[in-house]
Amino acid sequence: MSEERRIKVLIAKPGLNSHDRGAKVVARALRDAGMEVIYTGLRQTPEQIVETALQEDVDVIGLSILSGAHMAHLPRIMQLLKEKGMTDVLVIAGGTIPEEDIPKLKEAGIKEVFPPGTPLEKIVKYVLENAPKRRKKE
Amino acid sequence: MEIEEIAKGVLAGNKRCIARAITIIENSPEEGQKLLATIFPYTGKAHIIGVTGPGGSGKSTLISEMTKEYRRRGKTVGIVAVDPSSPFTGGAFLGDRLRMQELATDEGVFIRSMATRNHPGGIAKATKGAVKVLDASGKDVIIVETAGAGQSEVEIAKVAHTVTLVLAPGLGDEIQAIKAGIMEIADIFVVNKADRADADKLVMDIQSVLQLEDEVLALQMRREKRAWRPPIIKTVALTGEGVPQLIEKIEEHRQYLQKGLIIKKSLENAEAELVEAIRDKVVRSIVEKLKREKRFEEILMRIVKKELDPTSAADELLNQVLR
Repeated sequence: MSEERRIKVLIAKPGLNSHDRGAKVVARALRDAGMEVIYTGLRQTPEQIVETALQEDVDVIGLSILSGAHMAHLPRIMQLLKEKGMTDVLVIAGGTIPEEDIPKLKEAGIKEVFPPGTPLEKIVKYVLENAPKRRKKE
Repeated sequence: MEIEEIAKGVLAGNKRCIARAITIIENSPEEGQKLLATIFPYTGKAHIIGVTGPGGSGKSTLISEMTKEYRRRGKTVGIVAVDPSSPFTGGAFLGDRLRMQELATDEGVFIRSMATRNHPGGIAKATKGAVKVLDASGKDVIIVETAGAGQSEVEIAKVAHTVTLVLAPGLGDEIQAIKAGIMEIADIFVVNKADRADADKLVMDIQSVLQLEDEVLALQMRREKRAWRPPIIKTVALTGEGVPQLIEKIEEHRQYLQKGLIIKKSLENAEAELVEAIRDKVVRSIVEKLKREKRFEEILMRIVKKELDPTSAADELLNQVLR
């Protein structure tokens, strides 16, 4: 069991929103599904998020944003990830993101967006199925 | 990336390579071994500090302040923060980093969170390897935060040069922490949240236990143990109060070790690591080999039927293998 590779996830909250119950609930659910989850707290800048993802060598980044500023932060994060050569990381987003913004976010590289009301199992299942299968031997 | 490339990157201080190297050590035993063998000659320069203590004592916040102080003094810092894995799901919530996030974009700081993956003793199996990677990458100081379960975290003494035990008043179990083995491995005591009214009582409690230990050691005439008197530092991690003094004491301890004890400790650590490596390889090669033989199944049945006890069974099997 201890030699098995665990999916490593970063749950981050960019920007100024201060409600993180949702992010914590998702973090817990992913942990209960056997993943190693890093939660970095509130008010993270895109630079902090990307640097954290790099140092922790995560497989997945889950961005939680409730402030409505997703179009300001998320594409910037994708840009930074590209600059750092971290394009193999699965990036997903959740929070109060309106339907009409989802295509733009997907274009920027966010693989899936989970709006309010998404059942937890759906998110967990998505991550389990879509997290990069990192070559066991590097 | 190839192992050699990653190793080169580690030695050059490249963050992506450092991160990848630690991932390899955590997940791929063979690749990890190769990598560690390559960088091993470049380790041994960093001062390794273990920070342990019960949950809620303020370890993560304290480490953040310690790091800021080290940075002010021009040192680079590597941090490995360990949290426990769930024994049921295997997952983990790695939340130590939360208190250190202002350091996330500091070029001279590298922070890595790690799950214990049910390795006992407060650190992960890969923690030692991660420390070596950070050492080889040129970090002056490496701080390891243990999982914080309390009394069982003595593994840290095998990894760190200086073990700092962080206690805080009002946690209810500080006396328990004081009584357990952890007291014997601590080189420095920190009473955090020292702005609380009951902080001074905790300091006195620690002092009386240390005094008792002193008397016992004197009776046993163990001179060398008495040479370093573990100091008790009061801190308020939230404000940074007391942290410069803590760093001073850590520096003093480092100088004390360099007077010769560091060789003794290094030999002890080397032995512990070698024995662990041998044990790992034995389990892996011998047990795997035995499992492939029919004899293994037969012997298991005999144990279940109470015809043979497990220890004698082990003797039987090993006699075959080690003849």
